[in-house]
Amino acid sequence: MKKMFLIFLLTSLSFVSNANDSTKVNITNQAVADADNAGLTLPSGFGALIAADNLGRARHIVATKQGGIYVKLERLVGGKGIVYLTDANKDGKMEIETSFGNYIGTGIAIKDNYLYASSNEDVFRYQLDENGKVTNPNNPQRIVKGLWDKRQHASKSIALDNAGNIYVNIGAPSNSCQEVDRTKGSKGMYPCPILDSAGGIWQFKIDQTDQGYHNGVRYATGLRNVVGLDWNQQQNKLYVTMHGRDMLYTLYPDMFDTTVSAELPSETMYAINKGDDAGWPYVYYDHFQKKKVLSPEYGGDGKKAGGEKAIDPIVAFPAHMAPNALLFYTGNQFPAKYKNGAFVAFHGSWNRSPLPQEGYYVVFIPFENGKPSGQWEVFANGFSGTEMVKNPRDAKHRPCGLTEGPDGSLYISDDVKGTIYRIVYNAK
Amino acid sequence: MKYVYCLSLILVLSSALVSRSATNTVQPAIKASMDRGKIIYLQRCMACHQADGSGVPRLNPPLDGASTVKGNDKLKLVRIIIKGMTDRVEIDGEYYDNNMSANPDLTDTQIADVLNYIRNSWGNKASLVTAVEVKAARTKIK
Ligand code: HEC
Repeated sequence: MKKMFLIFLLTSLSFVSNANDSTKVNITNQAVADADNAGLTLPSGFGALIAADNLGRARHIVATKQGGIYVKLERLVGGKGIVYLTDANKDGKMEIETSFGNYIGTGIAIKDNYLYASSNEDVFRYQLDENGKVTNPNNPQRIVKGLWDKRQHASKSIALDNAGNIYVNIGAPSNSCQEVDRTKGSKGMYPCPILDSAGGIWQFKIDQTDQGYHNGVRYATGLRNVVGLDWNQQQNKLYVTMHGRDMLYTLYPDMFDTTVSAELPSETMYAINKGDDAGWPYVYYDHFQKKKVLSPEYGGDGKKAGGEKAIDPIVAFPAHMAPNALLFYTGNQFPAKYKNGAFVAFHGSWNRSPLPQEGYYVVFIPFENGKPSGQWEVFANGFSGTEMVKNPRDAKHRPCGLTEGPDGSLYISDDVKGTIYRIVYNAK
Repeated sequence: MKYVYCLSLILVLSSALVSRSATNTVQPAIKASMDRGKIIYLQRCMACHQADGSGVPRLNPPLDGASTVKGNDKLKLVRIIIKGMTDRVEIDGEYYDNNMSANPDLTDTQIADVLNYIRNSWGNKASLVTAVEVKAARTKIK
Protein backbone atom coordinates (compact mmCIF):
# COMPACT_ATOMS: atom_id res chain seq x y z
CA MET A 1 0.00 0.00 0.00
CA LYS A 2 2.77 2.33 0.98
CA LYS A 3 4.54 1.38 -2.22
CA MET A 4 1.46 2.07 -4.31
CA PHE A 5 1.13 5.46 -2.76
CA LEU A 6 4.73 6.21 -3.54
CA ILE A 7 4.29 5.21 -7.15
CA PHE A 8 1.19 7.40 -7.35
CA LEU A 9 3.10 10.28 -5.88
CA LEU A 10 5.99 9.82 -8.29
CA THR A 11 3.80 9.61 -11.35
CA SER A 12 1.83 12.68 -10.41
CA LEU A 13 5.05 14.50 -9.68
CA SER A 14 6.53 13.62 -13.04
CA PHE A 15 3.25 14.59 -14.66
CA VAL A 16 3.44 18.01 -13.06
CA SER A 17 7.08 18.48 -13.92
CA ASN A 18 6.44 17.48 -17.53
CA ALA A 19 3.59 19.91 -17.79
CA ASN A 20 5.92 22.69 -16.71
CA ASP A 21 8.79 21.65 -18.89
CA SER A 22 8.89 24.00 -21.84
CA THR A 23 11.21 21.75 -23.86
CA LYS A 24 8.65 18.97 -23.80
CA VAL A 25 7.29 18.69 -27.30
CA ASN A 26 3.96 17.34 -28.35
CA ILE A 27 3.14 17.72 -31.99
CA THR A 28 -0.10 17.15 -33.76
CA ASN A 29 0.75 13.79 -35.23
CA GLN A 30 1.22 12.45 -31.72
CA ALA A 31 4.96 11.87 -31.90
CA VAL A 32 5.91 12.88 -28.37
CA ALA A 33 9.48 13.66 -27.42
CA ASP A 34 10.95 11.30 -24.84
CA ALA A 35 11.16 12.80 -21.34
CA ASP A 36 14.94 13.03 -21.57
CA ASN A 37 14.92 13.98 -25.28
CA ALA A 38 16.49 10.56 -25.95
CA GLY A 39 19.61 11.72 -24.13
CA LEU A 40 20.28 14.50 -26.67
CA THR A 41 20.94 18.20 -26.24
CA LEU A 42 19.07 20.32 -28.80
CA PRO A 43 18.32 24.00 -29.49
CA SER A 44 15.33 25.24 -27.50
CA GLY A 45 11.97 24.27 -28.90
CA PHE A 46 13.24 20.98 -30.30
CA GLY A 47 12.63 17.56 -28.81
CA ALA A 48 13.84 14.07 -29.60
CA LEU A 49 12.45 10.60 -29.31
CA ILE A 50 13.84 7.19 -30.04
CA ALA A 51 11.88 6.00 -33.06
CA ALA A 52 13.54 2.57 -33.14
CA ASP A 53 16.39 0.87 -31.34
CA ASN A 54 18.81 -2.06 -31.48
CA LEU A 55 18.58 -2.45 -35.26
CA GLY A 56 22.25 -3.33 -35.72
CA ARG A 57 24.82 -1.18 -37.48
CA ALA A 58 22.45 1.34 -38.99
CA ARG A 59 24.27 3.34 -41.66
CA HIS A 60 22.30 5.55 -44.04
CA ILE A 61 18.52 5.86 -43.78
CA VAL A 62 15.76 7.14 -46.04
CA ALA A 63 12.13 8.02 -45.31
CA THR A 64 9.31 7.24 -47.73
CA LYS A 65 6.59 9.74 -48.65
CA GLN A 66 4.26 7.66 -46.49
CA GLY A 67 6.47 7.91 -43.39
CA GLY A 68 8.19 4.52 -43.41
CA ILE A 69 11.97 4.32 -43.09
CA TYR A 70 14.48 2.08 -44.85
CA VAL A 71 17.72 1.46 -42.93
CA LYS A 72 20.90 0.10 -44.53
CA LEU A 73 22.95 -2.14 -42.26
CA GLU A 74 26.71 -2.60 -42.28
CA ARG A 75 26.40 -6.08 -40.84
CA LEU A 76 23.63 -8.57 -41.63
CA VAL A 77 21.03 -9.20 -38.96
CA GLY A 78 19.29 -12.53 -39.46
CA GLY A 79 20.89 -12.67 -42.89
CA LYS A 80 19.35 -9.34 -43.98
CA GLY A 81 20.97 -5.99 -44.72
CA ILE A 82 17.98 -3.64 -45.12
CA VAL A 83 15.33 -3.01 -42.48
CA TYR A 84 11.94 -1.46 -43.28
CA LEU A 85 10.35 0.40 -40.36
CA THR A 86 6.75 1.59 -40.16
CA ASP A 87 4.65 3.23 -37.48
CA ALA A 88 1.18 1.69 -37.77
CA ASN A 89 -0.39 3.43 -34.74
CA LYS A 90 1.40 6.74 -35.39
CA ASP A 91 2.80 7.05 -31.87
CA GLY A 92 6.29 7.80 -33.15
CA LYS A 93 7.67 4.41 -32.12
CA MET A 94 8.43 2.41 -35.24
CA GLU A 95 8.27 -1.33 -35.73
CA ILE A 96 10.19 -3.56 -38.14
CA GLU A 97 7.77 -4.49 -40.90
CA THR A 98 10.21 -6.50 -43.01
CA SER A 99 13.91 -7.09 -43.59
CA PHE A 100 15.49 -8.04 -46.89
CA GLY A 101 18.66 -7.79 -49.01
CA ASN A 102 21.46 -10.28 -48.34
CA TYR A 103 24.28 -7.74 -48.53
CA ILE A 104 25.94 -5.28 -46.18
CA GLY A 105 26.53 -1.65 -47.10
CA THR A 106 25.91 2.02 -46.40
CA GLY A 107 24.06 3.75 -49.23
CA ILE A 108 20.26 4.00 -49.44
CA ALA A 109 18.08 6.54 -51.26
CA ILE A 110 14.63 6.99 -52.80
CA LYS A 111 13.76 8.74 -56.05
CA ASP A 112 10.26 8.64 -57.52
CA ASN A 113 8.94 5.15 -56.96
CA TYR A 114 12.24 3.37 -56.55
CA LEU A 115 14.47 2.50 -53.62
CA TYR A 116 18.22 2.37 -54.31
CA ALA A 117 20.68 0.60 -52.00
CA SER A 118 24.37 -0.18 -52.26
CA SER A 119 26.64 -2.96 -51.12
CA ASN A 120 30.34 -2.13 -51.00
CA GLU A 121 30.65 -2.95 -54.73
CA ASP A 122 27.18 -2.90 -56.31
CA VAL A 123 24.06 -0.73 -56.47
CA PHE A 124 20.57 -2.25 -56.56
CA ARG A 125 17.16 -0.80 -57.35
CA TYR A 126 13.78 -1.90 -55.99
CA GLN A 127 10.25 -0.93 -57.01
CA LEU A 128 8.04 0.74 -54.39
CA ASP A 129 4.25 0.28 -54.25
CA GLU A 130 1.69 3.00 -53.38
CA ASN A 131 2.40 2.49 -49.65
CA GLY A 132 6.12 2.91 -50.07
CA LYS A 133 6.79 -0.79 -49.63
CA VAL A 134 9.27 -2.68 -51.79
CA THR A 135 7.54 -5.06 -54.19
CA ASN A 136 10.57 -7.09 -55.25
CA PRO A 137 12.70 -7.54 -52.09
CA ASN A 138 14.33 -10.73 -53.36
CA ASN A 139 15.05 -9.79 -56.94
CA PRO A 140 16.13 -6.18 -57.31
CA GLN A 141 17.67 -4.84 -60.51
CA ARG A 142 21.43 -4.62 -60.14
CA ILE A 143 22.18 -1.34 -61.87
CA VAL A 144 25.90 -1.07 -61.01
CA LYS A 145 28.40 -3.82 -60.28
CA GLY A 146 32.06 -4.45 -59.67
CA LEU A 147 33.17 -1.18 -58.03
CA TRP A 148 36.35 -1.30 -55.97
CA ASP A 149 35.94 -2.86 -52.55
CA LYS A 150 39.39 -2.83 -51.03
CA ARG A 151 38.27 -2.74 -47.42
CA GLN A 152 39.37 0.78 -46.53
CA HIS A 153 36.78 3.49 -47.36
CA ALA A 154 34.69 0.86 -49.12
CA SER A 155 31.21 2.23 -48.38
CA LYS A 156 29.31 3.45 -51.44
CA SER A 157 27.10 6.40 -50.59
CA ILE A 158 24.54 7.38 -53.22
CA ALA A 159 22.43 10.36 -54.34
CA LEU A 160 20.08 10.93 -57.28
CA ASP A 161 19.45 13.91 -59.54
CA ASN A 162 16.29 14.82 -61.48
CA ALA A 163 17.63 13.70 -64.84
CA GLY A 164 17.82 9.93 -64.45
CA ASN A 165 21.30 9.71 -62.93
CA ILE A 166 22.68 8.22 -59.74
CA TYR A 167 25.92 9.43 -58.11
CA VAL A 168 28.06 6.88 -56.30
CA ASN A 169 31.02 7.67 -54.09
CA ILE A 170 34.01 5.41 -54.57
CA GLY A 171 36.34 6.12 -51.65
CA ALA A 172 40.10 5.80 -52.15
CA PRO A 173 41.41 2.68 -50.36
CA SER A 174 44.33 4.74 -49.13
CA ASN A 175 45.25 7.60 -46.83
CA SER A 176 47.38 9.69 -49.15
CA CYS A 177 48.25 7.47 -52.14
CA GLN A 178 51.64 6.40 -50.78
CA GLU A 179 53.41 3.43 -52.36
CA VAL A 180 52.87 1.62 -49.05
CA ASP A 181 49.73 2.96 -47.41
CA ARG A 182 50.13 4.85 -44.11
CA THR A 183 53.80 3.96 -43.87
CA LYS A 184 56.46 6.37 -42.71
CA GLY A 185 59.00 7.15 -45.42
CA SER A 186 56.88 5.79 -48.27
CA LYS A 187 56.58 8.17 -51.24
CA GLY A 188 53.37 9.51 -52.74
CA MET A 189 52.70 7.95 -56.15
CA TYR A 190 52.58 10.42 -59.04
CA PRO A 191 50.26 10.48 -60.79
CA CYS A 192 48.15 8.71 -58.20
CA PRO A 193 46.88 5.58 -60.01
CA ILE A 194 44.02 5.12 -57.56
CA LEU A 195 42.21 8.10 -59.13
CA ASP A 196 41.36 6.01 -62.21
CA SER A 197 39.04 3.80 -60.17
CA ALA A 198 38.38 5.54 -56.85
CA GLY A 199 38.81 8.79 -54.94
CA GLY A 200 35.84 10.38 -56.67
CA ILE A 201 32.15 10.37 -57.52
CA TRP A 202 30.92 8.27 -60.44
CA GLN A 203 27.71 8.88 -62.34
CA PHE A 204 25.52 6.08 -63.69
CA LYS A 205 22.05 5.80 -65.25
CA ILE A 206 19.26 4.82 -62.86
CA ASP A 207 17.64 2.27 -65.15
CA GLN A 208 20.40 0.24 -66.83
CA THR A 209 21.49 -3.16 -65.60
CA ASP A 210 25.05 -4.03 -64.58
CA GLN A 211 26.81 -0.78 -65.43
CA GLY A 212 30.42 -0.55 -64.30
CA TYR A 213 33.60 1.43 -64.74
CA HIS A 214 33.39 0.88 -68.53
CA ASN A 215 30.20 2.93 -68.91
CA GLY A 216 30.09 5.07 -65.80
CA VAL A 217 31.25 8.68 -65.85
CA ARG A 218 33.88 9.92 -63.40
CA TYR A 219 31.82 12.96 -62.40
CA ALA A 220 34.32 14.42 -59.90
CA THR A 221 37.77 13.39 -58.70
CA GLY A 222 40.34 14.20 -56.02
CA LEU A 223 37.84 13.32 -53.30
CA ARG A 224 39.50 11.01 -50.78
CA ASN A 225 36.41 9.53 -49.17
CA VAL A 226 32.99 11.09 -49.45
CA VAL A 227 30.43 9.49 -47.17
CA GLY A 228 27.83 12.28 -47.09
CA LEU A 229 26.28 13.39 -50.36
CA ASP A 230 22.98 14.98 -51.25
CA TRP A 231 21.39 16.44 -54.34
CA ASN A 232 20.40 20.05 -53.62
CA GLN A 233 17.01 20.54 -55.30
CA GLN A 234 17.16 24.34 -55.16
CA GLN A 235 20.48 24.50 -56.96
CA ASN A 236 20.00 21.25 -58.90
CA LYS A 237 23.52 20.36 -57.88
CA LEU A 238 25.49 17.70 -56.02
CA TYR A 239 26.99 18.58 -52.62
CA VAL A 240 29.36 16.30 -50.73
CA THR A 241 31.23 16.03 -47.43
CA MET A 242 34.69 14.50 -47.48
CA HIS A 243 36.83 12.77 -44.87
CA GLY A 244 40.27 14.39 -44.94
CA ARG A 245 43.57 12.56 -44.60
CA ASP A 246 45.00 11.15 -41.38
CA MET A 247 48.32 10.80 -39.58
CA LEU A 248 50.33 13.93 -40.38
CA TYR A 249 52.29 13.43 -37.16
CA THR A 250 52.78 9.65 -37.41
CA LEU A 251 54.06 9.94 -40.97
CA TYR A 252 55.95 13.26 -40.67
CA PRO A 253 56.96 13.74 -37.02
CA ASP A 254 59.65 16.23 -38.06
CA MET A 255 57.08 18.51 -39.65
CA PHE A 256 53.98 18.21 -37.46
CA ASP A 257 53.37 17.65 -33.75
CA THR A 258 50.47 15.73 -32.24
CA THR A 259 48.38 18.88 -31.72
CA VAL A 260 48.69 20.10 -35.31
CA SER A 261 48.06 16.55 -36.50
CA ALA A 262 44.89 16.41 -34.40
CA GLU A 263 43.64 19.71 -35.85
CA LEU A 264 44.56 19.31 -39.51
CA PRO A 265 43.50 18.90 -42.18
CA SER A 266 39.94 20.24 -42.38
CA GLU A 267 36.97 18.02 -43.03
CA THR A 268 35.38 19.64 -46.06
CA MET A 269 32.10 20.26 -47.85
CA TYR A 270 32.08 20.89 -51.60
CA ALA A 271 29.52 21.97 -54.16
CA ILE A 272 30.31 19.76 -57.13
CA ASN A 273 30.13 20.55 -60.82
CA LYS A 274 30.82 17.90 -63.43
CA GLY A 275 34.57 17.52 -63.96
CA ASP A 276 35.62 19.07 -60.64
CA ASP A 277 38.82 18.00 -58.90
CA ALA A 278 39.12 18.55 -55.14
CA GLY A 279 42.85 17.86 -55.12
CA TRP A 280 43.36 14.65 -53.11
CA PRO A 281 46.02 13.25 -52.63
CA TYR A 282 48.23 16.14 -53.74
CA VAL A 283 46.74 18.75 -51.41
CA TYR A 284 44.71 19.03 -48.24
CA TYR A 285 42.72 21.98 -46.92
CA ASP A 286 43.93 24.01 -43.91
CA HIS A 287 41.16 26.11 -42.32
CA PHE A 288 43.66 28.08 -40.21
CA GLN A 289 45.68 29.26 -43.21
CA LYS A 290 42.50 29.19 -45.34
CA LYS A 291 44.18 27.53 -48.29
CA LYS A 292 44.98 24.28 -50.02
CA VAL A 293 48.32 23.02 -48.78
CA LEU A 294 50.65 20.68 -50.65
CA SER A 295 50.68 17.20 -49.05
CA PRO A 296 53.98 16.21 -47.45
CA GLU A 297 53.97 13.05 -49.61
CA TYR A 298 54.24 15.42 -52.60
CA GLY A 299 56.88 17.80 -51.34
CA GLY A 300 54.76 19.87 -48.96
CA ASP A 301 55.99 21.29 -45.67
CA GLY A 302 52.71 22.32 -44.04
CA LYS A 303 52.89 25.79 -45.61
CA LYS A 304 53.48 25.56 -49.36
CA ALA A 305 50.24 26.07 -51.25
CA GLY A 306 49.16 23.71 -54.02
CA GLY A 307 46.24 22.53 -56.10
CA GLU A 308 45.80 25.68 -58.23
CA LYS A 309 43.30 23.83 -60.43
CA ALA A 310 41.47 22.19 -57.55
CA ILE A 311 38.21 23.53 -56.14
CA ASP A 312 37.91 25.10 -52.69
CA PRO A 313 35.54 23.77 -50.06
CA ILE A 314 32.40 25.79 -49.26
CA VAL A 315 32.68 24.77 -45.59
CA ALA A 316 35.77 23.64 -43.65
CA PHE A 317 35.16 21.83 -40.35
CA PRO A 318 37.69 20.82 -37.70
CA ALA A 319 39.79 17.78 -38.53
CA HIS A 320 38.94 14.09 -38.39
CA MET A 321 35.33 14.43 -37.24
CA ALA A 322 34.14 12.17 -40.09
CA PRO A 323 31.13 13.79 -41.80
CA ASN A 324 29.10 10.67 -42.61
CA ALA A 325 25.86 12.19 -43.86
CA LEU A 326 24.67 15.38 -45.54
CA LEU A 327 21.04 16.47 -45.80
CA PHE A 328 19.52 19.67 -47.13
CA TYR A 329 16.41 20.38 -45.07
CA THR A 330 13.38 21.17 -47.21
CA GLY A 331 10.62 20.67 -44.64
CA ASN A 332 8.29 23.16 -42.95
CA GLN A 333 8.20 21.78 -39.42
CA PHE A 334 11.43 23.47 -38.27
CA PRO A 335 11.78 27.28 -38.00
CA ALA A 336 12.45 29.22 -41.22
CA LYS A 337 16.18 29.49 -40.53
CA TYR A 338 16.53 25.76 -41.21
CA LYS A 339 14.81 25.75 -44.58
CA ASN A 340 17.25 24.77 -47.36
CA GLY A 341 20.13 24.69 -44.86
CA ALA A 342 22.37 21.67 -44.40
CA PHE A 343 22.57 19.12 -41.62
CA VAL A 344 25.78 17.10 -41.36
CA ALA A 345 26.08 13.99 -39.17
CA PHE A 346 29.58 13.59 -37.76
CA HIS A 347 30.50 10.03 -36.89
CA GLY A 348 33.25 11.31 -34.57
CA SER A 349 37.02 11.27 -34.75
CA TRP A 350 39.68 8.68 -33.92
CA ASN A 351 42.76 10.39 -35.35
CA ARG A 352 43.21 12.93 -32.56
CA SER A 353 44.83 10.74 -29.89
CA PRO A 354 46.27 11.62 -27.37
CA LEU A 355 43.91 14.64 -27.42
CA PRO A 356 40.22 13.97 -26.71
CA GLN A 357 38.18 12.92 -29.73
CA GLU A 358 35.75 15.33 -31.44
CA GLY A 359 32.54 15.16 -33.42
CA TYR A 360 29.92 12.57 -32.43
CA TYR A 361 27.23 15.18 -33.14
CA VAL A 362 24.99 16.61 -35.85
CA VAL A 363 25.62 20.17 -37.02
CA PHE A 364 23.57 22.71 -38.94
CA ILE A 365 24.81 25.20 -41.52
CA PRO A 366 22.40 27.92 -42.72
CA PHE A 367 22.36 28.32 -46.52
CA GLU A 368 21.25 30.99 -48.96
CA ASN A 369 21.32 30.47 -52.70
CA GLY A 370 23.36 27.32 -52.39
CA LYS A 371 26.07 28.92 -50.24
CA PRO A 372 26.58 28.94 -46.48
CA SER A 373 25.11 32.13 -45.03
CA GLY A 374 26.55 31.72 -41.53
CA GLN A 375 28.79 29.65 -39.29
CA TRP A 376 28.09 25.99 -38.63
CA GLU A 377 26.67 25.19 -35.20
CA VAL A 378 26.18 22.02 -33.22
CA PHE A 379 22.51 21.04 -33.56
CA ALA A 380 22.20 17.70 -31.76
CA ASN A 381 24.75 16.50 -29.25
CA GLY A 382 25.02 13.83 -26.59
CA PHE A 383 25.06 10.69 -28.75
CA SER A 384 28.26 9.43 -27.19
CA GLY A 385 26.72 9.38 -23.72
CA THR A 386 29.90 10.83 -22.17
CA GLU A 387 31.07 14.38 -21.57
CA MET A 388 34.33 13.75 -23.37
CA VAL A 389 35.17 10.93 -25.76
CA LYS A 390 38.73 9.92 -24.99
CA ASN A 391 38.57 6.86 -27.21
CA PRO A 392 36.07 6.01 -29.93
CA ARG A 393 35.21 2.79 -28.09
CA ASP A 394 33.68 4.88 -25.26
CA ALA A 395 30.98 6.32 -27.53
CA LYS A 396 27.62 4.66 -26.89
CA HIS A 397 26.13 5.98 -30.15
CA ARG A 398 27.66 7.53 -33.26
CA PRO A 399 25.60 9.56 -35.76
CA CYS A 400 25.83 8.10 -39.25
CA GLY A 401 22.75 8.75 -41.40
CA LEU A 402 20.13 11.48 -41.87
CA THR A 403 16.73 11.66 -43.51
CA GLU A 404 13.74 13.98 -43.47
CA GLY A 405 10.29 12.54 -42.77
CA PRO A 406 7.21 13.67 -44.74
CA ASP A 407 6.14 15.86 -41.79
CA GLY A 408 9.54 17.59 -41.68
CA SER A 409 10.92 15.60 -38.74
CA LEU A 410 14.65 14.92 -38.90
CA TYR A 411 15.76 11.32 -38.39
CA ILE A 412 19.30 10.41 -37.33
CA SER A 413 20.72 6.89 -37.35
CA ASP A 414 23.43 5.51 -35.08
CA ASP A 415 25.65 2.65 -36.20
CA VAL A 416 26.85 1.48 -32.78
CA LYS A 417 23.56 0.25 -31.33
CA GLY A 418 21.24 0.88 -34.25
CA THR A 419 19.19 3.63 -32.67
CA ILE A 420 16.99 5.81 -34.89
CA TYR A 421 16.38 9.24 -33.37
CA ARG A 422 13.57 11.52 -34.47
CA ILE A 423 13.91 15.27 -33.92
CA VAL A 424 10.70 17.32 -33.78
CA TYR A 425 9.94 21.01 -33.29
CA ASN A 426 6.90 22.54 -31.70
CA ALA A 427 7.72 25.75 -29.88
CA LYS A 428 5.18 28.41 -30.65
CA MET B 1 76.10 -3.94 -33.66
CA LYS B 2 78.00 -4.86 -30.53
CA TYR B 3 75.47 -2.80 -28.62
CA VAL B 4 72.55 -4.70 -30.09
CA TYR B 5 74.24 -8.01 -29.32
CA CYS B 6 74.92 -6.97 -25.78
CA LEU B 7 71.38 -5.78 -25.30
CA SER B 8 69.90 -8.97 -26.70
CA LEU B 9 72.09 -10.96 -24.37
CA ILE B 10 70.72 -9.01 -21.44
CA LEU B 11 67.21 -9.51 -22.70
CA VAL B 12 67.70 -13.27 -23.13
CA LEU B 13 69.13 -13.54 -19.64
CA SER B 14 66.34 -11.52 -18.15
CA SER B 15 63.72 -13.52 -19.98
CA ALA B 16 65.11 -16.64 -18.34
CA LEU B 17 64.83 -14.86 -15.04
CA VAL B 18 61.23 -13.80 -15.67
CA SER B 19 60.08 -17.28 -16.58
CA ARG B 20 61.66 -18.76 -13.47
CA SER B 21 60.28 -16.26 -11.02
CA ALA B 22 56.58 -16.28 -11.84
CA THR B 23 55.64 -13.25 -9.81
CA ASN B 24 53.14 -10.55 -10.64
CA THR B 25 55.60 -7.68 -10.48
CA VAL B 26 57.08 -6.50 -13.74
CA GLN B 27 60.73 -7.47 -13.99
CA PRO B 28 63.27 -4.66 -14.35
CA ALA B 29 64.46 -5.73 -17.83
CA ILE B 30 60.95 -5.95 -19.17
CA LYS B 31 60.20 -2.61 -17.54
CA ALA B 32 63.14 -0.94 -19.28
CA SER B 33 62.13 -2.47 -22.60
CA MET B 34 58.50 -1.39 -22.09
CA ASP B 35 59.56 2.17 -21.29
CA ARG B 36 61.46 2.37 -24.57
CA GLY B 37 58.60 0.61 -26.33
CA LYS B 38 56.09 3.16 -25.07
CA ILE B 39 57.94 5.95 -26.87
CA ILE B 40 57.80 4.00 -30.12
CA TYR B 41 54.14 3.19 -29.48
CA LEU B 42 53.21 6.85 -29.05
CA GLN B 43 54.96 7.77 -32.29
CA ARG B 44 54.02 4.86 -34.49
CA CYS B 45 50.95 3.12 -33.16
CA MET B 46 48.87 5.39 -30.94
CA ALA B 47 47.09 7.20 -33.79
CA CYS B 48 45.29 4.01 -34.74
CA HIS B 49 45.27 1.77 -31.67
CA GLN B 50 44.72 4.73 -29.26
CA ALA B 51 46.75 5.75 -26.23
CA ASP B 52 45.19 3.05 -24.06
CA GLY B 53 45.20 0.27 -26.67
CA SER B 54 41.42 0.38 -26.99
CA GLY B 55 41.46 0.66 -30.79
CA VAL B 56 38.69 2.05 -32.99
CA PRO B 57 35.58 -0.08 -33.45
CA ARG B 58 35.55 -1.70 -36.92
CA LEU B 59 38.60 0.28 -38.05
CA ASN B 60 41.64 -0.56 -35.93
CA PRO B 61 41.57 -3.55 -33.55
CA PRO B 62 42.01 -3.13 -29.81
CA LEU B 63 45.31 -4.39 -28.46
CA ASP B 64 44.14 -4.58 -24.86
CA GLY B 65 42.93 -8.11 -24.31
CA ALA B 66 43.67 -9.23 -27.89
CA SER B 67 44.50 -12.93 -28.02
CA THR B 68 47.22 -12.55 -30.66
CA VAL B 69 48.91 -9.76 -28.73
CA LYS B 70 49.04 -11.81 -25.53
CA GLY B 71 49.70 -15.10 -27.34
CA ASN B 72 52.83 -17.13 -27.98
CA ASP B 73 53.11 -16.68 -31.74
CA LYS B 74 55.90 -14.14 -31.67
CA LEU B 75 56.76 -14.71 -35.33
CA LYS B 76 53.25 -13.56 -36.27
CA LEU B 77 53.59 -10.45 -34.13
CA VAL B 78 56.98 -9.54 -35.58
CA ARG B 79 55.59 -10.03 -39.09
CA ILE B 80 52.66 -7.70 -38.33
CA ILE B 81 54.99 -4.94 -37.12
CA ILE B 82 57.45 -5.23 -40.01
CA LYS B 83 55.00 -5.83 -42.84
CA GLY B 84 51.91 -4.06 -41.57
CA MET B 85 48.58 -5.73 -42.21
CA THR B 86 46.13 -5.31 -45.07
CA ASP B 87 44.18 -8.58 -45.17
CA ARG B 88 40.53 -9.03 -44.44
CA VAL B 89 40.87 -11.32 -41.44
CA GLU B 90 38.73 -11.94 -38.40
CA ILE B 91 40.31 -10.74 -35.15
CA ASP B 92 38.63 -11.99 -32.00
CA GLY B 93 35.27 -12.13 -33.76
CA GLU B 94 35.39 -8.78 -35.55
CA TYR B 95 36.66 -7.34 -38.85
CA TYR B 96 38.66 -4.13 -39.23
CA ASP B 97 38.71 -1.91 -42.31
CA ASN B 98 41.90 0.09 -42.00
CA ASN B 99 45.34 -0.75 -43.35
CA MET B 100 48.08 -1.07 -40.78
CA SER B 101 51.37 0.71 -41.52
CA ALA B 102 54.51 -1.28 -42.26
CA ASN B 103 57.57 -0.63 -40.06
CA PRO B 104 60.52 -2.19 -41.91
CA ASP B 105 62.84 0.50 -40.54
CA LEU B 106 62.46 -0.42 -36.86
CA THR B 107 65.44 -2.32 -35.41
CA ASP B 108 65.14 -5.73 -33.77
CA THR B 109 65.42 -4.11 -30.35
CA GLN B 110 62.82 -1.48 -31.16
CA ILE B 111 60.39 -4.17 -32.32
CA ALA B 112 61.03 -6.22 -29.17
CA ASP B 113 60.47 -3.07 -27.10
CA VAL B 114 57.18 -2.10 -28.69
CA LEU B 115 55.95 -5.69 -28.45
CA ASN B 116 56.89 -5.86 -24.79
CA TYR B 117 55.00 -2.64 -24.27
CA ILE B 118 51.76 -3.79 -25.90
CA ARG B 119 52.00 -7.30 -24.42
CA ASN B 120 52.31 -5.97 -20.86
CA SER B 121 50.18 -2.82 -20.79
CA TRP B 122 46.44 -2.17 -20.23
CA GLY B 123 45.96 -5.41 -18.30
CA ASN B 124 47.84 -7.56 -20.84
CA LYS B 125 50.45 -9.93 -19.50
CA ALA B 126 52.75 -12.03 -21.65
CA SER B 127 56.29 -13.36 -21.83
CA LEU B 128 59.25 -11.20 -22.80
CA VAL B 129 60.12 -10.81 -26.48
CA THR B 130 63.86 -10.51 -27.09
CA ALA B 131 65.76 -8.80 -29.89
CA VAL B 132 67.34 -12.18 -30.64
CA GLU B 133 63.89 -13.65 -31.20
CA VAL B 134 62.98 -10.71 -33.43
CA LYS B 135 66.19 -11.14 -35.43
CA ALA B 136 65.48 -14.85 -35.92
CA ALA B 137 61.88 -14.07 -36.88
CA ARG B 138 62.94 -11.40 -39.36
CA THR B 139 64.93 -13.93 -41.42
CA LYS B 140 61.71 -15.95 -41.89
CA ILE B 141 59.72 -12.94 -43.13
CA LYS B 142 59.78 -12.32 -46.84
C1 HEC C 1 47.27 3.11 -39.70
C2 HEC C 1 46.75 2.52 -38.51
C3 HEC C 1 47.65 1.60 -37.71
C4 HEC C 1 48.88 1.88 -37.17
C5 HEC C 1 49.67 3.17 -37.25
C6 HEC C 1 49.28 0.68 -36.48
N1 HEC C 1 48.31 -0.27 -36.61
FE1 HEC C 1 48.34 -2.13 -35.81
N2 HEC C 1 46.69 -2.62 -36.85
C7 HEC C 1 45.94 -1.74 -37.58
C8 HEC C 1 44.90 -2.47 -38.25
C9 HEC C 1 43.85 -1.85 -39.16
C10 HEC C 1 45.04 -3.82 -37.90
C11 HEC C 1 44.20 -4.98 -38.40
C12 HEC C 1 44.52 -5.21 -39.86
C13 HEC C 1 43.71 -6.28 -40.50
O1 HEC C 1 42.65 -6.66 -40.01
O2 HEC C 1 44.15 -6.73 -41.56
C14 HEC C 1 46.17 -3.87 -36.98
C15 HEC C 1 46.60 -5.03 -36.35
C16 HEC C 1 47.58 -5.05 -35.38
C17 HEC C 1 47.93 -6.20 -34.59
C18 HEC C 1 47.26 -7.55 -34.64
C19 HEC C 1 46.11 -7.53 -33.67
C20 HEC C 1 45.46 -8.86 -33.46
O3 HEC C 1 44.80 -8.99 -32.42
O4 HEC C 1 45.59 -9.75 -34.31
C21 HEC C 1 48.95 -5.82 -33.76
C22 HEC C 1 49.67 -6.69 -32.76
C23 HEC C 1 49.23 -4.44 -34.05
N3 HEC C 1 48.36 -3.99 -35.03
C24 HEC C 1 50.20 -3.69 -33.42
C25 HEC C 1 50.62 -2.43 -33.84
C26 HEC C 1 51.80 -1.77 -33.38
C27 HEC C 1 52.72 -2.29 -32.30
C28 HEC C 1 51.88 -0.62 -34.07
C29 HEC C 1 53.00 0.42 -34.02
C30 HEC C 1 54.33 -0.06 -34.32
C31 HEC C 1 50.75 -0.54 -34.96
N4 HEC C 1 50.00 -1.65 -34.80
C32 HEC C 1 50.46 0.54 -35.80
C33 HEC C 1 46.15 -0.39 -37.71
C34 HEC C 1 47.31 0.25 -37.35
